[in-house]
Amino acid sequence: MTTLLVLIVVVLLAVALWQLTKIFDLTQVGQNVNTTQVANDKDNNIQGYLMFGFLGFIYLTTILSVVYCGKFPLVSDSASEHGVELDSLMMISMAIIFVVQTITQALLHYFAFKYRGKQGQKALYFADNNRLEFIWSVIPAIVLAGLILYGLYAWTNIMFVTDEDAEDAIVIELYAQQFKWDARYAGTDNVLGKANVRYIEGVNSLGVDLSDANAQDDFVASELHIPKGKRVIFKMRSQDVLHSAYMPHFRAQMNCVPGMVTNFSFTPIYTTAEFRELPATIQKVSEINDIRAKKSAELVAKGQTPLDPYTFDYLLLCNKICGASHYNMQMKIVVDSPADYKKWVKEQGQKTIVSAVKAAALEAKATEEKAMPAKDTSATAAKDTTVVAHAEEKQH
Amino acid sequence: MSAEAHDHGHDHDHEHHHKDTFITKYIFSIDHKMIAKQYLLTGIIMGVVGVGMSMLFRMQLAWPEESFKIFNFLLGDKFAPNGVMTNEIYLSLVTIHGTIMVFFVLTAALSGTFSNLLIPLQCGARDMASGFLNMVSYWLFFLSSVVMICSLFVESGPANAGWTIYPPLSALPQSISGSGMGMTLWLVSMAIFIAASLLGSLNYVVTVINLRTKGMSMTRLPLTIWAFFITALIGIISFPVLLSAALMLIMDRSFGTSFFLSDIYIAGEVLHYQGGSPVLFEHLFWFLGHPEVYIVLLPALGITSEVIATHSRKPIFGYRAMIMSIIAIAFLSTIVWGHHMFISGMNPFLGSVFTFTTLLIAIPSAVKAFNYITTLWKGNLQLNPAMLFSIGLVSTFITGGLTGIILGDSTLDINVHDTYFVVAHFHLVMGISALYGMFAGIYHWFPKMYGRMLNKNLGYIHFWVTAICAYGVFFPMHFIGMAGLPRRYYTNTNFPLFDDLQNVNVVITLFALTGGVFQLVFLWNFFYSIFYGKKTVQNPWKSNTLEWTAPIKHIHGNWEGEIPHVHRWPYDYSKPGHDDDFVPQNVPMKEGEEQLHH
Repeated sequence: MTTLLVLIVVVLLAVALWQLTKIFDLTQVGQNVNTTQVANDKDNNIQGYLMFGFLGFIYLTTILSVVYCGKFPLVSDSASEHGVELDSLMMISMAIIFVVQTITQALLHYFAFKYRGKQGQKALYFADNNRLEFIWSVIPAIVLAGLILYGLYAWTNIMFVTDEDAEDAIVIELYAQQFKWDARYAGTDNVLGKANVRYIEGVNSLGVDLSDANAQDDFVASELHIPKGKRVIFKMRSQDVLHSAYMPHFRAQMNCVPGMVTNFSFTPIYTTAEFRELPATIQKVSEINDIRAKKSAELVAKGQTPLDPYTFDYLLLCNKICGASHYNMQMKIVVDSPADYKKWVKEQGQKTIVSAVKAAALEAKATEEKAMPAKDTSATAAKDTTVVAHAEEKQH
Repeated sequence: MSAEAHDHGHDHDHEHHHKDTFITKYIFSIDHKMIAKQYLLTGIIMGVVGVGMSMLFRMQLAWPEESFKIFNFLLGDKFAPNGVMTNEIYLSLVTIHGTIMVFFVLTAALSGTFSNLLIPLQCGARDMASGFLNMVSYWLFFLSSVVMICSLFVESGPANAGWTIYPPLSALPQSISGSGMGMTLWLVSMAIFIAASLLGSLNYVVTVINLRTKGMSMTRLPLTIWAFFITALIGIISFPVLLSAALMLIMDRSFGTSFFLSDIYIAGEVLHYQGGSPVLFEHLFWFLGHPEVYIVLLPALGITSEVIATHSRKPIFGYRAMIMSIIAIAFLSTIVWGHHMFISGMNPFLGSVFTFTTLLIAIPSAVKAFNYITTLWKGNLQLNPAMLFSIGLVSTFITGGLTGIILGDSTLDINVHDTYFVVAHFHLVMGISALYGMFAGIYHWFPKMYGRMLNKNLGYIHFWVTAICAYGVFFPMHFIGMAGLPRRYYTNTNFPLFDDLQNVNVVITLFALTGGVFQLVFLWNFFYSIFYGKKTVQNPWKSNTLEWTAPIKHIHGNWEGEIPHVHRWPYDYSKPGHDDDFVPQNVPMKEGEEQLHH
């Protein structure tokens, strides 16, 4: 039925177009047949006005987009130190863009309207003017020189960590795989142990070299905790394909590349709790919750479970296409106060990778011992003869 | 062959005329005008596929995981069970949409159509330097299109690692389903495509250098030809690099080499690859990938220069500056590829260098934009559909180009890299702009191609709906990008953070669907007018360039008798001292008339 309807609509559309073409043809009867499809004064007039109207449309789109699309021009207030500088560069660039855009679009569309063709009107023969060319080469050059210098200054500050800064910083490894993130902490020595995917085995899922002295106190968390006010240096690794660690609130992003370690570092300036209390965050969260409440009501009416209300959390997103579930590869980031962070590290620090590997080995042995006597199928027995023999020996 | 044609043009035509069969005339033609039409037709078909795909995935983005019968109808039970699009086919649609639009429509069809049609006609040549190579070029392109379309139907699904096919995702079938047979066919198709593109480019360059008619000095060439010429040069420089990258990727995939792969653990096992780097692939890819943007854009700008001057009845402003800026853009385009890789893990110092070179491109681009605007000033604008599309191009070129200042700045790129901001930027500045250039070219040269006119009123409807929809789609997209929304996400519903952007996504999709459907008006106009359009006069737009001195009916060798000689530059519109508001290039200088370009 739907197919039929669609077909009918298509046929009707074709007929309508055909008729439209005929009507256009008929309205031109009596004119010189060969130039009917070239714009005449009437066309120029209508199209000229439309061009001018289009300028209004562009401005309107701009205004509506600014009003309706999040906190302009960025996702939120910056939650990192360098982000503040990045934001001000963004604001300056945006301001320049808006001024240039407004003026040039106005000129373009106004000229298209103002100089719309009329029979008998003659255009000005104006082919060249070196001074004008010079002006509009030099002005952009000066503006761009400013932007380039500011940009390079900021870039250098962000990307190059001085030795002094590095000494005081915390080192954390971000480890990416399809489709989850892990964070490896360097432990008390603040040095990450060596790692390579070739060491991956069982619970040692990040491939840490267990024989490395620096690796002994490393531990892994599935939630990224960082302290406020301290520089964090991220060492990024990937075990399979390219990923990108994108932390929009911190204005931070770096690709994770299999076979190499990449770096990014920043200093958080708001704890999660503090960031939630910022007026901009409160407003955004309440807007989002209004939307979610409306959706929930719809869902409940349909007999489905409603959505959870949203509380703000910093997020780490994957931002480089990495496979089918790329769209759901995320990790929660928590910025703690320095005291809370210390407490959290102390707690988590107990669960080192090395201890986890040892515990797993013990547990495996224990389950084997427990499971073996109970299982009497010959197939299992034949497969694991050594273990069985071992167990029997113990029984005797 | 053409040199010979040059000498005995007239007899030559007749010899050929008698031998024409259906096959040599319409299929394996070596006539540049027929090959241009073949490129255009193939491009339109590929364009319908590419645009159609974008409409499908826009529906998924606006109404995530909702059931649509059309999904099930088009994608089948495997990829749209119960009418819900799967995440894998979503990525396939995005990937193939990008590939088809960038390479097959905006590179091959745009350059292929208009370089083929205009280079011989505007330079004053009987045909391309090698008609045979030209034919081979088209048929290789056709073959690569067929292979690409075939890749849509393989069992494991079409390629879905993104149109940039970064390894390891594109190299390992374990990582995503489309990296199996789908990716193999993608790579085969691209390798053939590159061969086609190179043959075409070599032909264009040789023709422009060697086969210009008497009096047609380089500084009397129309800006279209300059743009096609420089475009072909960048293509020759950069496409072979992509070919080598594709071959290395094929080696990695099928023969166990490690050019781009190292230390990989996937699906429960460590792979043997060691010592390669995906970053190397990124360098190689973008060494083509960025010039590619200008391979797409420059021909569109060339067409616009010609169309704006003709329909303004005014010389193009700053002819030499326009040529210089084309050359400057072409040169800079080959040394800016790293701005796609600021956060790829390459040395941050390289980031500084690429920021510098990238922002420099804004200068020649600004010169072009201002020159177009000045050309309109005090003109006598004939607002034909071609002219509207050209003005539209300048508008989107400015809007899209300006945001390049943000993306080219490594610092700002950190936070908008791979978000919808990028998608909005490049769609406006190269996608929509180049598409407008192509439409402008089609509306302007349709009479030359088919001897008939396109219906202007349908053209107006086509332009206005397209213009409104293009801005409606891509303007808000900048803002959701600045709000942090990553591209290539199947749905955003897993992030409550982005819930407030969902209604914007719906608006974007509605504009996209409307804009897509209204392209049917163009298709109708195009195919109806080929057969039933109003017959054209020889020079409907009162243009100066040589193609309009050739007879309406296409003949081998383009001109009966001698090829016209050129006496002036192509932009003598509304020149004082002449009765008409145009003076074709083949009109000799009056006594005492001043010459602008020699």
